Amino acid sequence: MLAKRIIPCLDIKDGRTVKGINFVDLRDAGDPVELAEIYSREGADELVFLDISATEQKRKTLAELVYHVAEKVNIPFTVGGGISSVEDVDILLQNGADKVSINSSAVKNPQLINDLVAKFGSQCIVVAIDAKQIDGEWIVHLVGGKVPTERKLFEWAKEVEERGAGEILFTSMDHDGTKDGFANEALSKLSTELNIPIIASGGAGNMQHFTDTFVEGKADAALAASVFHFKEIGIKDLKEKLKGNGIPVRL
Amino acid sequence: MKIVIINYGAGNIQSIKFAIKRLGYEAVLSHDIEEIKSADKVIFPGVGEASSAMSKLRASGLDKLIPNLKQPVLGICLGMQLMCHSSEEGDTKGLGIFDVDVIKFTNEVKVPQIGWNQIANLKSELFKNIEEKEHIYLVHSFYAPLCKETIAESEYGIKYSAALAKNNFYGTQFHPEKSSEVGEAILKNFLES
Repeated sequence: MLAKRIIPCLDIKDGRTVKGINFVDLRDAGDPVELAEIYSREGADELVFLDISATEQKRKTLAELVYHVAEKVNIPFTVGGGISSVEDVDILLQNGADKVSINSSAVKNPQLINDLVAKFGSQCIVVAIDAKQIDGEWIVHLVGGKVPTERKLFEWAKEVEERGAGEILFTSMDHDGTKDGFANEALSKLSTELNIPIIASGGAGNMQHFTDTFVEGKADAALAASVFHFKEIGIKDLKEKLKGNGIPVRL
Repeated sequence: MKIVIINYGAGNIQSIKFAIKRLGYEAVLSHDIEEIKSADKVIFPGVGEASSAMSKLRASGLDKLIPNLKQPVLGICLGMQLMCHSSEEGDTKGLGIFDVDVIKFTNEVKVPQIGWNQIANLKSELFKNIEEKEHIYLVHSFYAPLCKETIAESEYGIKYSAALAKNNFYGTQFHPEKSSEVGEAILKNFLES
Protein backbone atom coordinates (compact mmCIF):
# COMPACT_ATOMS: atom_id res chain seq x y z
CA MET A 1 0.00 0.00 0.00
CA LEU A 2 1.29 3.47 -0.85
CA ALA A 3 2.33 5.22 2.38
CA LYS A 4 1.44 8.77 3.38
CA ARG A 5 4.60 10.85 3.36
CA ILE A 6 6.10 13.06 6.08
CA ILE A 7 8.32 15.81 4.70
CA PRO A 8 10.47 18.18 6.76
CA CYS A 9 11.19 21.47 4.98
CA LEU A 10 14.52 23.27 5.43
CA ASP A 11 14.91 26.95 4.62
CA ILE A 12 18.29 27.68 3.06
CA LYS A 13 20.13 30.98 2.77
CA ASP A 14 23.54 31.20 1.08
CA GLY A 15 23.97 27.45 1.46
CA ARG A 16 23.09 27.36 5.17
CA THR A 17 19.92 26.48 7.04
CA VAL A 18 18.19 29.50 8.51
CA LYS A 19 15.42 29.45 11.15
CA GLY A 20 16.86 28.51 14.53
CA ILE A 21 17.12 24.79 14.60
CA ASN A 22 17.03 23.17 17.97
CA PHE A 23 18.98 19.97 17.58
CA VAL A 24 21.23 19.46 20.56
CA ASP A 25 23.12 16.65 18.89
CA LEU A 26 23.97 18.73 15.86
CA ARG A 27 27.61 19.70 15.43
CA ASP A 28 26.76 22.52 13.11
CA ALA A 29 23.16 23.69 13.26
CA GLY A 30 23.56 25.59 10.01
CA ASP A 31 24.73 22.64 7.93
CA PRO A 32 21.88 21.46 5.71
CA VAL A 33 23.66 18.22 4.81
CA GLU A 34 24.04 17.13 8.42
CA LEU A 35 20.45 18.02 9.19
CA ALA A 36 19.25 16.14 6.12
CA GLU A 37 21.12 13.03 7.26
CA ILE A 38 19.52 13.22 10.70
CA TYR A 39 16.01 13.57 9.28
CA SER A 40 16.67 10.72 6.91
CA ARG A 41 17.77 8.47 9.80
CA GLU A 42 14.72 9.45 11.84
CA GLY A 43 12.45 8.22 9.06
CA ALA A 44 11.56 11.30 7.00
CA ASP A 45 10.15 10.12 3.66
CA GLU A 46 11.41 13.05 1.66
CA LEU A 47 13.05 16.41 2.22
CA VAL A 48 12.35 19.84 0.77
CA PHE A 49 15.03 22.52 0.57
CA LEU A 50 13.65 25.99 0.04
CA ASP A 51 16.31 28.50 -0.98
CA ILE A 52 15.48 32.01 0.17
CA SER A 53 18.77 33.71 -0.69
CA ALA A 54 18.81 36.39 -3.31
CA THR A 55 22.47 36.81 -4.17
CA GLU A 56 24.12 36.55 -7.56
CA GLN A 57 26.02 33.52 -6.31
CA LYS A 58 22.74 31.83 -5.53
CA ARG A 59 22.62 29.43 -8.44
CA LYS A 60 26.11 28.09 -7.90
CA THR A 61 25.78 27.81 -4.11
CA LEU A 62 22.49 25.96 -4.43
CA ALA A 63 23.90 23.54 -7.01
CA GLU A 64 26.81 22.77 -4.68
CA LEU A 65 24.45 22.17 -1.79
CA VAL A 66 22.34 19.81 -3.90
CA TYR A 67 25.46 17.88 -4.86
CA HIS A 68 26.51 17.44 -1.23
CA VAL A 69 23.03 16.39 -0.12
CA ALA A 70 22.76 13.85 -2.92
CA GLU A 71 26.16 12.47 -1.96
CA LYS A 72 25.01 11.66 1.59
CA VAL A 73 21.26 11.18 1.63
CA ASN A 74 19.46 8.04 0.48
CA ILE A 75 15.91 9.41 0.34
CA PRO A 76 14.42 11.70 -2.31
CA PHE A 77 14.59 15.47 -2.02
CA THR A 78 13.04 18.47 -3.72
CA VAL A 79 14.64 21.87 -4.24
CA GLY A 80 12.72 25.11 -4.60
CA GLY A 81 13.13 28.87 -4.37
CA GLY A 82 13.63 31.26 -7.24
CA ILE A 83 13.79 28.61 -9.97
CA SER A 84 12.65 30.25 -13.18
CA SER A 85 14.10 28.50 -16.23
CA VAL A 86 14.74 25.17 -17.90
CA GLU A 87 18.45 25.84 -17.39
CA ASP A 88 18.01 26.33 -13.61
CA VAL A 89 16.24 22.99 -13.35
CA ASP A 90 18.77 21.20 -15.53
CA ILE A 91 21.64 22.24 -13.23
CA LEU A 92 19.80 21.11 -10.08
CA LEU A 93 18.77 17.73 -11.49
CA GLN A 94 22.25 17.10 -12.85
CA ASN A 95 23.68 17.74 -9.41
CA GLY A 96 21.40 15.11 -7.89
CA ALA A 97 18.06 16.74 -6.98
CA ASP A 98 15.12 14.36 -7.48
CA LYS A 99 12.50 17.03 -7.97
CA VAL A 100 12.26 20.78 -8.24
CA SER A 101 9.49 23.00 -7.05
CA ILE A 102 8.46 26.17 -8.86
CA ASN A 103 6.06 28.81 -7.58
CA SER A 104 6.07 32.48 -8.68
CA SER A 105 7.76 31.72 -11.98
CA ALA A 106 4.90 29.35 -12.87
CA VAL A 107 2.26 31.98 -12.08
CA LYS A 108 4.11 34.59 -14.14
CA ASN A 109 4.82 32.20 -17.00
CA PRO A 110 2.59 29.09 -16.90
CA GLN A 111 4.19 27.77 -20.12
CA LEU A 112 7.29 27.08 -18.01
CA ILE A 113 5.44 24.09 -16.50
CA ASN A 114 4.88 22.58 -19.97
CA ASP A 115 8.47 23.26 -20.97
CA LEU A 116 9.89 21.61 -17.84
CA VAL A 117 7.57 18.61 -18.13
CA ALA A 118 8.49 18.13 -21.80
CA LYS A 119 12.19 18.17 -21.00
CA PHE A 120 12.38 16.40 -17.64
CA GLY A 121 9.07 14.57 -17.19
CA SER A 122 6.13 15.17 -14.83
CA GLN A 123 7.67 13.09 -12.06
CA CYS A 124 10.20 15.74 -11.10
CA ILE A 125 8.11 18.89 -11.44
CA VAL A 126 6.32 20.08 -8.30
CA VAL A 127 4.28 23.27 -8.45
CA ALA A 128 4.02 25.09 -5.12
CA ILE A 129 0.92 27.21 -4.60
CA ASP A 130 0.56 29.73 -1.75
CA ALA A 131 -2.99 30.89 -1.19
CA LYS A 132 -5.18 32.64 1.34
CA GLN A 133 -8.84 33.39 1.63
CA ILE A 134 -10.14 36.82 0.68
CA ASP A 135 -13.89 37.31 1.19
CA GLY A 136 -14.37 33.57 1.33
CA GLU A 137 -12.46 32.91 -1.91
CA TRP A 138 -9.05 31.19 -2.03
CA ILE A 139 -6.69 33.51 -3.91
CA VAL A 140 -3.18 32.59 -5.09
CA HIS A 141 -0.47 34.80 -3.58
CA LEU A 142 3.19 35.41 -4.41
CA VAL A 143 6.28 36.40 -2.41
CA GLY A 144 5.47 34.24 0.59
CA GLY A 145 1.86 35.29 0.65
CA LYS A 146 2.46 39.03 0.51
CA VAL A 147 1.27 39.77 -3.01
CA PRO A 148 -2.19 38.68 -4.18
CA THR A 149 -2.69 37.63 -7.80
CA GLU A 150 -5.76 37.45 -10.03
CA ARG A 151 -5.75 33.68 -9.85
CA LYS A 152 -8.11 31.53 -7.86
CA LEU A 153 -6.64 28.48 -6.13
CA PHE A 154 -8.80 25.69 -7.58
CA GLU A 155 -8.69 27.01 -11.15
CA TRP A 156 -4.94 27.48 -10.99
CA ALA A 157 -4.41 24.03 -9.47
CA LYS A 158 -6.45 22.46 -12.28
CA GLU A 159 -4.42 24.35 -14.88
CA VAL A 160 -1.17 23.25 -13.23
CA GLU A 161 -2.31 19.63 -13.46
CA GLU A 162 -3.36 20.01 -17.10
CA ARG A 163 0.03 21.51 -17.95
CA GLY A 164 1.61 18.33 -16.66
CA ALA A 165 2.94 18.98 -13.13
CA GLY A 166 3.50 15.78 -11.17
CA GLU A 167 2.55 17.12 -7.76
CA ILE A 168 1.13 20.17 -6.01
CA LEU A 169 2.53 21.59 -2.78
CA PHE A 170 -0.28 23.68 -1.33
CA THR A 171 0.49 26.13 1.48
CA SER A 172 -2.36 27.94 3.16
CA MET A 173 -1.05 31.34 4.22
CA ASP A 174 -4.02 31.57 6.58
CA HIS A 175 -2.74 28.54 8.46
CA ASP A 176 1.04 28.87 8.05
CA GLY A 177 2.69 29.65 11.37
CA THR A 178 -0.54 29.32 13.38
CA LYS A 179 0.08 25.74 14.60
CA ASP A 180 -3.68 25.34 14.46
CA GLY A 181 -3.81 22.57 11.88
CA PHE A 182 -3.76 22.32 8.08
CA ALA A 183 -6.34 23.83 5.68
CA ASN A 184 -8.16 20.52 5.39
CA GLU A 185 -11.30 21.71 3.65
CA ALA A 186 -9.36 23.26 0.76
CA LEU A 187 -6.95 20.30 0.70
CA SER A 188 -9.78 17.82 0.47
CA LYS A 189 -11.29 19.74 -2.43
CA LEU A 190 -7.93 19.81 -4.24
CA SER A 191 -7.36 16.12 -3.62
CA THR A 192 -10.83 15.19 -4.88
CA GLU A 193 -10.90 17.44 -7.94
CA LEU A 194 -7.36 16.68 -9.09
CA ASN A 195 -5.71 13.38 -9.96
CA ILE A 196 -2.13 14.17 -8.95
CA PRO A 197 -0.68 13.93 -5.42
CA ILE A 198 -1.24 16.88 -3.07
CA ILE A 199 1.26 17.86 -0.36
CA ALA A 200 -0.29 19.73 2.60
CA SER A 201 1.70 22.60 4.08
CA GLY A 202 1.08 25.27 6.69
CA GLY A 203 -0.37 24.92 10.16
CA ALA A 204 1.18 21.80 11.69
CA GLY A 205 1.20 22.14 15.48
CA ASN A 206 0.67 18.69 16.92
CA MET A 207 0.43 15.05 15.87
CA GLN A 208 -3.34 15.06 15.58
CA HIS A 209 -3.06 17.73 12.86
CA PHE A 210 -1.20 15.24 10.68
CA THR A 211 -3.85 12.56 11.17
CA ASP A 212 -6.51 15.15 10.35
CA THR A 213 -4.86 16.30 7.14
CA PHE A 214 -4.52 12.72 5.89
CA VAL A 215 -8.09 11.76 6.84
CA GLU A 216 -10.13 14.97 6.44
CA GLY A 217 -7.77 16.76 4.05
CA LYS A 218 -7.16 13.58 1.97
CA ALA A 219 -3.57 14.79 1.55
CA ASP A 220 -0.98 12.43 0.08
CA ALA A 221 1.88 13.98 2.04
CA ALA A 222 2.33 16.54 4.81
CA LEU A 223 5.13 19.07 5.05
CA ALA A 224 6.24 20.98 8.13
CA ALA A 225 9.25 22.92 9.34
CA SER A 226 9.37 24.32 12.86
CA VAL A 227 7.60 21.45 14.69
CA PHE A 228 10.37 19.18 13.44
CA HIS A 229 13.26 21.63 13.73
CA PHE A 230 12.39 22.48 17.34
CA LYS A 231 11.81 18.81 18.15
CA GLU A 232 8.26 19.47 19.24
CA ILE A 233 7.35 16.43 17.17
CA GLY A 234 9.73 13.54 16.52
CA ILE A 235 9.26 11.96 13.10
CA LYS A 236 9.39 8.39 14.40
CA ASP A 237 6.87 9.13 17.17
CA LEU A 238 4.62 10.84 14.66
CA LYS A 239 4.68 7.88 12.31
CA GLU A 240 3.91 5.44 15.10
CA LYS A 241 0.98 7.59 16.12
CA LEU A 242 -0.28 7.74 12.52
CA LYS A 243 0.04 4.01 12.18
CA GLY A 244 -2.00 3.59 15.38
CA ASN A 245 -4.66 5.75 13.76
CA GLY A 246 -4.82 3.40 10.79
CA ILE A 247 -2.87 5.59 8.37
CA PRO A 248 -0.36 3.74 6.14
CA VAL A 249 3.17 4.96 6.84
CA ARG A 250 6.70 3.68 6.30
CA LEU A 251 8.23 2.70 9.63
CA MET B 1 34.98 -4.61 -9.99
CA LYS B 2 34.12 -2.36 -12.88
CA ILE B 3 30.66 -0.83 -12.67
CA VAL B 4 29.33 1.20 -15.57
CA ILE B 5 26.21 3.37 -15.44
CA ILE B 6 24.92 3.83 -18.97
CA ASN B 7 24.78 7.55 -19.62
CA TYR B 8 22.42 8.40 -22.48
CA GLY B 9 21.13 11.75 -21.19
CA ALA B 10 18.30 10.34 -19.11
CA GLY B 11 17.80 12.21 -15.87
CA ASN B 12 19.28 11.96 -12.42
CA ILE B 13 22.15 9.49 -12.60
CA GLN B 14 24.27 11.32 -10.05
CA SER B 15 22.19 9.74 -7.25
CA ILE B 16 22.95 6.22 -8.48
CA LYS B 17 26.65 7.01 -8.63
CA PHE B 18 26.54 8.35 -5.07
CA ALA B 19 24.59 5.35 -3.76
CA ILE B 20 27.19 2.99 -5.23
CA LYS B 21 29.92 5.08 -3.63
CA ARG B 22 28.19 4.83 -0.23
CA LEU B 23 28.42 1.06 -0.64
CA GLY B 24 32.17 1.34 -1.12
CA TYR B 25 32.36 0.95 -4.91
CA GLU B 26 33.11 3.34 -7.73
CA ALA B 27 31.00 3.57 -10.85
CA VAL B 28 31.78 5.27 -14.14
CA LEU B 29 29.24 6.98 -16.37
CA SER B 30 29.60 6.05 -20.00
CA HIS B 31 27.85 5.71 -23.34
CA ASP B 32 30.87 4.10 -24.94
CA ILE B 33 30.01 0.64 -26.29
CA GLU B 34 33.43 -0.93 -25.59
CA GLU B 35 33.51 0.47 -22.07
CA ILE B 36 30.03 -0.87 -21.32
CA LYS B 37 30.92 -4.29 -22.77
CA SER B 38 33.99 -4.49 -20.55
CA ALA B 39 32.08 -3.82 -17.30
CA ASP B 40 31.45 -6.45 -14.62
CA LYS B 41 28.12 -4.87 -13.74
CA VAL B 42 25.99 -2.54 -15.83
CA ILE B 43 23.33 -0.18 -14.53
CA PHE B 44 20.77 1.12 -16.98
CA PRO B 45 18.99 4.13 -15.45
CA GLY B 46 16.26 6.30 -16.87
CA VAL B 47 13.99 9.11 -15.95
CA GLY B 48 11.78 10.87 -18.43
CA GLU B 49 9.66 9.82 -21.38
CA ALA B 50 9.88 6.35 -22.98
CA SER B 51 9.75 7.07 -26.72
CA SER B 52 12.32 9.89 -26.58
CA ALA B 53 14.58 7.72 -24.41
CA MET B 54 14.31 4.90 -27.00
CA SER B 55 15.23 7.38 -29.76
CA LYS B 56 18.36 8.31 -27.82
CA LEU B 57 19.27 4.63 -27.42
CA ARG B 58 18.78 3.99 -31.14
CA ALA B 59 20.82 7.05 -32.11
CA SER B 60 23.80 5.74 -30.17
CA GLY B 61 23.45 2.04 -31.01
CA LEU B 62 22.79 1.17 -27.38
CA ASP B 63 19.47 -0.45 -28.35
CA LYS B 64 21.48 -3.22 -30.08
CA LEU B 65 24.10 -3.49 -27.37
CA ILE B 66 22.02 -3.76 -24.19
CA PRO B 67 19.95 -6.89 -25.02
CA ASN B 68 23.17 -8.71 -25.95
CA LEU B 69 25.11 -7.94 -22.78
CA LYS B 70 26.28 -11.05 -20.91
CA GLN B 71 27.13 -9.56 -17.51
CA PRO B 72 24.50 -8.66 -14.87
CA VAL B 73 22.46 -5.62 -15.96
CA LEU B 74 20.11 -3.68 -13.69
CA GLY B 75 17.51 -1.38 -15.24
CA ILE B 76 16.03 1.20 -12.90
CA CYS B 77 12.61 2.88 -13.28
CA LEU B 78 12.31 3.91 -16.95
CA GLY B 79 15.36 1.73 -17.57
CA MET B 80 13.34 -1.31 -16.49
CA GLN B 81 10.38 -0.21 -18.61
CA LEU B 82 12.58 0.17 -21.70
CA MET B 83 13.82 -3.41 -21.21
CA CYS B 84 10.22 -4.60 -21.77
CA HIS B 85 8.58 -5.51 -25.07
CA SER B 86 6.86 -2.14 -25.54
CA SER B 87 5.56 0.93 -23.73
CA GLU B 88 2.28 2.74 -24.07
CA GLU B 89 4.17 5.96 -23.26
CA GLY B 90 4.76 7.53 -26.67
CA ASP B 91 3.67 4.16 -28.13
CA THR B 92 7.18 2.82 -28.51
CA LYS B 93 8.83 -0.56 -28.92
CA GLY B 94 11.21 -1.48 -26.13
CA LEU B 95 14.38 -3.56 -26.02
CA GLY B 96 12.34 -6.75 -25.78
CA ILE B 97 14.26 -8.38 -22.92
CA PHE B 98 11.22 -8.87 -20.71
CA ASP B 99 8.15 -10.25 -22.44
CA VAL B 100 5.61 -7.74 -21.11
CA ASP B 101 3.98 -4.54 -22.35
CA VAL B 102 4.21 -1.41 -20.16
CA ILE B 103 0.88 0.40 -19.75
CA LYS B 104 -0.50 3.45 -17.94
CA PHE B 105 -2.22 3.45 -14.56
CA THR B 106 -5.94 4.16 -14.82
CA ASN B 107 -7.49 7.26 -13.29
CA GLU B 108 -8.85 5.26 -10.37
CA VAL B 109 -5.57 6.10 -8.66
CA LYS B 110 -3.57 9.33 -8.59
CA VAL B 111 -1.05 9.44 -11.41
CA PRO B 112 1.93 9.56 -11.08
CA GLN B 113 2.32 7.23 -8.14
CA ILE B 114 4.82 9.09 -5.97
CA GLY B 115 6.19 7.77 -2.71
CA TRP B 116 6.88 4.67 -0.67
CA ASN B 117 5.03 1.46 -1.46
CA GLN B 118 5.63 -2.13 -0.36
CA ILE B 119 7.19 -5.05 -2.22
CA ALA B 120 5.94 -8.59 -1.77
CA ASN B 121 6.28 -12.11 -3.19
CA LEU B 122 10.04 -11.67 -3.48
CA LYS B 123 11.56 -14.30 -5.72
CA SER B 124 15.17 -13.47 -6.49
CA GLU B 125 18.67 -13.31 -5.04
CA LEU B 126 18.31 -9.58 -5.65
CA PHE B 127 16.16 -9.59 -2.49
CA LYS B 128 18.48 -11.69 -0.35
CA ASN B 129 17.97 -10.68 3.32
CA ILE B 130 15.13 -8.34 2.36
CA GLU B 131 11.87 -8.97 4.18
CA GLU B 132 8.45 -9.09 2.59
CA LYS B 133 6.47 -5.82 2.69
CA GLU B 134 9.48 -3.53 3.00
CA HIS B 135 8.92 -0.03 1.61
CA ILE B 136 10.70 1.20 -1.49
CA TYR B 137 10.48 4.55 -3.31
CA LEU B 138 8.74 4.88 -6.67
CA VAL B 139 7.77 7.67 -9.05
CA HIS B 140 5.94 6.50 -12.16
CA SER B 141 2.81 6.77 -14.29
CA PHE B 142 3.31 3.58 -16.33
CA TYR B 143 3.84 0.03 -15.08
CA ALA B 144 4.62 -3.52 -16.16
CA PRO B 145 1.73 -5.87 -15.30
CA LEU B 146 2.49 -9.10 -13.45
CA CYS B 147 4.13 -11.66 -15.77
CA LYS B 148 6.31 -14.76 -15.66
CA GLU B 149 9.41 -12.59 -15.17
CA THR B 150 8.01 -10.77 -12.11
CA ILE B 151 10.31 -11.19 -9.09
CA ALA B 152 8.58 -8.67 -6.80
CA GLU B 153 5.10 -7.24 -6.84
CA SER B 154 3.54 -4.10 -5.49
CA GLU B 155 -0.02 -2.83 -5.40
CA TYR B 156 -1.43 0.51 -6.54
CA GLY B 157 -5.05 0.06 -7.53
CA ILE B 158 -3.92 -3.26 -9.01
CA LYS B 159 -0.97 -5.57 -8.49
CA TYR B 160 1.94 -4.90 -10.84
CA SER B 161 5.63 -5.77 -11.27
CA ALA B 162 7.92 -3.91 -8.85
CA ALA B 163 10.85 -5.87 -10.26
CA LEU B 164 11.57 -8.22 -13.17
CA ALA B 165 14.36 -10.68 -13.94
CA LYS B 166 15.42 -12.90 -16.81
CA ASN B 167 18.83 -14.57 -17.10
CA ASN B 168 21.44 -11.85 -16.45
CA PHE B 169 18.90 -9.02 -16.68
CA TYR B 170 17.19 -7.38 -13.70
CA GLY B 171 14.85 -4.42 -13.58
CA THR B 172 13.33 -2.49 -10.68
CA GLN B 173 10.45 -0.09 -11.09
CA PHE B 174 11.51 1.50 -7.79
CA HIS B 175 14.63 3.56 -7.18
CA PRO B 176 17.00 1.50 -4.99
CA GLU B 177 19.30 4.52 -4.79
CA LYS B 178 16.51 6.52 -3.12
CA SER B 179 14.95 3.76 -1.03
CA SER B 180 16.94 4.26 2.17
CA GLU B 181 18.70 1.24 3.75
CA VAL B 182 16.41 -1.27 2.00
CA GLY B 183 17.31 0.13 -1.41
CA GLU B 184 21.01 0.13 -0.63
CA ALA B 185 20.81 -3.51 0.46
CA ILE B 186 19.14 -4.42 -2.86
CA LEU B 187 21.77 -2.49 -4.80
CA LYS B 188 24.48 -4.27 -2.78
CA ASN B 189 22.92 -7.65 -3.62
CA PHE B 190 23.09 -6.76 -7.30
CA LEU B 191 26.69 -5.56 -7.14
CA GLU B 192 27.83 -8.59 -5.15
CA SER B 193 25.81 -11.19 -7.05
